[in-house]
Amino acid sequence: MNFNITALVPELFFLCLVLTLMVQSLGTREWKPPVERWLPFGACAAFFVTITGFHLHGTMFWDVYKVDLMSQFFKIVITFGFYVVVLNASRQPTLEEGKRADYYMLLGFSTFGLMLLASSVELITIYLALELASYSMYAVIPLRAKDKGAAEAGIKYIMFGAVATALALYGLSYIMATQHTTYIAELMNKSWSFADQPMAVVGLSLFLGGMFFKLALFPFHFWCPDVYQGASNETAAFVATMPKMGAIVVLCRLAVLLKPGLEITTILAVLGACSMTFGNLSALAQTDIKRLLGFSSVAHAGYIMVGLVSGTPEGIAAAAFYGMAYLVMNLLVFWIVSRVASDGRNLKLSDLNGLYKKAPVLAFSLAAGAFALVGLPPTMGFMGKFFLITSAWDHGYNWLVITLVVNSAIAIYYYLALFRHAFTEEKTPSQVAPPDNGWFASAGAGMLAAAVLVIGMIPAPLFNFAINAGKTLYGISVTFAGGGH
Amino acid sequence: MLDFGYPVLTILIAFPLIAACGLFFLRAPQVVRYYTMAVSLIECLLAVPLMGFKLNADFQFVEKIDWVHQWGLQYYLGIDGISILMVLLTIAVLPLCVMCSWTYIGKREKEFHFCLLFMTSAVLGVFCALDLVLFYVFWEAMLIPMYLLIAVWGGDDRKYASLKFFLYTLAGSTLLLAAIVAFRITGGTFSIPDLMQMNFSFRFQFWAFLAMALAFAIKVPMFPFHTWLPAAHVQAPSAGSVILAAVLLKMGTYGFLRFCLPLTPAASQYFAPMMIAISIASILYGGAIALGQSDIKKLVAYSSVGHMGFVTLGIFLFDQRGVEGALFQMLNHGIVTGALFMMIGAVYERSHSREISKNLGLGKYMPAFMFFWGLMALASLGFPGTNGFVGEILVFIGAFQVSPFIGMFLVPGALLGAAYMFRVSLKMAWGKPSSAKTWRDLNAREWIYLTIPAVFVLWIGLAPAPFFNIIDPSVDKLLNDFDKRKVAVVETEQPMQTAAADVLGLLAEKE
Repeated sequence: MNFNITALVPELFFLCLVLTLMVQSLGTREWKPPVERWLPFGACAAFFVTITGFHLHGTMFWDVYKVDLMSQFFKIVITFGFYVVVLNASRQPTLEEGKRADYYMLLGFSTFGLMLLASSVELITIYLALELASYSMYAVIPLRAKDKGAAEAGIKYIMFGAVATALALYGLSYIMATQHTTYIAELMNKSWSFADQPMAVVGLSLFLGGMFFKLALFPFHFWCPDVYQGASNETAAFVATMPKMGAIVVLCRLAVLLKPGLEITTILAVLGACSMTFGNLSALAQTDIKRLLGFSSVAHAGYIMVGLVSGTPEGIAAAAFYGMAYLVMNLLVFWIVSRVASDGRNLKLSDLNGLYKKAPVLAFSLAAGAFALVGLPPTMGFMGKFFLITSAWDHGYNWLVITLVVNSAIAIYYYLALFRHAFTEEKTPSQVAPPDNGWFASAGAGMLAAAVLVIGMIPAPLFNFAINAGKTLYGISVTFAGGGH
Repeated sequence: MLDFGYPVLTILIAFPLIAACGLFFLRAPQVVRYYTMAVSLIECLLAVPLMGFKLNADFQFVEKIDWVHQWGLQYYLGIDGISILMVLLTIAVLPLCVMCSWTYIGKREKEFHFCLLFMTSAVLGVFCALDLVLFYVFWEAMLIPMYLLIAVWGGDDRKYASLKFFLYTLAGSTLLLAAIVAFRITGGTFSIPDLMQMNFSFRFQFWAFLAMALAFAIKVPMFPFHTWLPAAHVQAPSAGSVILAAVLLKMGTYGFLRFCLPLTPAASQYFAPMMIAISIASILYGGAIALGQSDIKKLVAYSSVGHMGFVTLGIFLFDQRGVEGALFQMLNHGIVTGALFMMIGAVYERSHSREISKNLGLGKYMPAFMFFWGLMALASLGFPGTNGFVGEILVFIGAFQVSPFIGMFLVPGALLGAAYMFRVSLKMAWGKPSSAKTWRDLNAREWIYLTIPAVFVLWIGLAPAPFFNIIDPSVDKLLNDFDKRKVAVVETEQPMQTAAADVLGLLAEKE
């Protein structure tokens, strides 16, 4: 078994972090570990350790685990996400005191699963990592004290998750039976045409279904708005962003199997188009902000498909970049949702009224987040969408690009509603807790908003990283120092 | 290459935005106003190096930096004879906007002035950008401050008007984005000057033109895409209306000149009859509806639809006089309609009404005001000696040169313009006031912000030669290129079969 411990430093560091949390969670009720005092620093350290390991590479464990540019890109994104989620959740009002360490441990395990997912290049390994990432989520979602909706959300997530997982496993068996391998590198050389290998195509479709569940792609999206609504704001921030990164990295890896014109590619394109359209149209009618974001994430899952079906390194890079953009934008919006709902309630759109007066930094950051989600320049949402469109145009899916463009126009209405309520509505509903306007809330929102804007204006460094990662998936050698410029 | 030792255009674009951030450290509304005024005057000073503009058709003050290498995105700025006037107009309008909202804006002054400065940056960027994506970035960035200007400081119906404005323009510009990407895929670059050298297939031009033209037509706005404009104008505060009329609408016609004619010449030729028909419809419709308005602001808003119709008509005549007239009309409309909106704001501050019937007999109490109003009204209807005449007569000449049939339609358009302007002016000057009011005449601030446009009205009207010198070389080049490339494409291409077959062809096209 080949094994290269230096290539695993980020994972090992993170594993230590999670194990420490596990030890803490074993503490008795009398001993309340001050987990929120040290964990943000630990998560921040994990993020920096992962950044320093961006150039690591190697294949290990009988070639099922591959550390390459793509995996490192996503590990950086995932650890960054975990850091923000931990900061965000550190002021969670609806979480019982005694459950805090357990809560972070579960989030940590899920994140660890996602990190493994980023490096898995074999279907069974992918499946196992996916399960590791999912199990903790099943426990975390209902953790919202005194809320019946939380239980419903938890059950929905488990039921849908179980069905999706079962489908994925079923599909996996088809792939194994027909292609006689589960290694993506070998699957790349097999035929994926329906005429040659109908069973394999069906199997891959089902296997992808497992990923689609995580990504909340139509028609696997039904859990999404309900779970967001039922889970606490902070948990929803995690569920809305992190598992999607895992799904996107796997889809990026599997996208090398897809060539434009294949049946399976067309299925993905059609699902993407449906996802955008259904997501956006449903979001139009929402007044609960988390439900709105839930349906919007269905639409965003569709956008990501546009990059994946193009069958080029640029397309995969665009999808990866958009995935990152999506994580940052969504964390930003959820950060604000969590701060405005300082008592942990679910926010209605009208709860944002007059936010510019009560918390100007939060309001400005919300504007940056909302416009990034729309895809208005100069935000990273625009750049991401622009890369997606450019990569897919002229690769046989022009209609999909047009669908994306039309959908962006539809989406304006409800994202603008966030902005409209925060900036132009004066009347505020009475008898609700005021938003948290402390330095912590403002600093976090301000920094995420700055990231959204700065990466939107200067996307080149990150995009170089993504495109080099995309090229490595296709076996095109890259010199990292060259970087493009 | 830099014509100057320092990047003029970048500084012009960046300065208002950076200065706007300084507003957050200010508190007192009066300080905010003085600060913004100072910023806008400094911005005018920063534009002084533009006087070094050489009278030729090249892009000047060019700045070019790699932005995203993989996708060929560049930070690429430059101006020619077509854009420099728009740039100067934008910069000149800023201090006027600050002045006319001095007492008009009574809440959230800081944010208001931030929006003004932000918008100036974005609009300047639109007129300077030579990279398609950069253009699009600025084009979209301007939406947010304008939305806020209407939605926060607007009239009673501001929510509806602002939302309509935002949705309309953004829906149009998403198609523009699709066209931009299509240009990159087909032409291999986003650089506008490079794309101007290429001959695209007619089929490609057909679709690219349609996508771009819709975005621009909404922005202009051309009939029947104009419905957002009266709502936005009426609800917006004076400064918002001024910017909207003076520069934002010009972005649409500028788009036609900068993109449609040079990049899709054959399609422009193909669609010219349709564009001309829509322009004439805009002129007649705008004039006729303006005639029936009882709200002064609505009247001027609808008159904008008509005036901008003259601009688009001039552009799609593909005639030297016509295009020059269009450019002049763009400038004139900016000056005159901007001034009219400022005056409507001034009247509103006194009478708290924009109804004509509530503002009768101003000539008695406000002679100075009526003098300026009369001058602007004459300029608006194209009276000889004012700037409006120069632009309108050129479009007329162009139209009659191309076809007397088209020219004939312009006559009622011009008559309508005279009718609604005289009607409102007569009532405002000599109508019988419903109640005896003693309104004070213009104060010093109002004198300043009305004198400046008045000087330009007479300058362009009496001595337009310097302006011709600036725009002529660029217009010459634009039309020469247009003629050559239109022919080049048409000779090598087979004529279009049917649009339906083409849609199917595009959809079925695979690599």
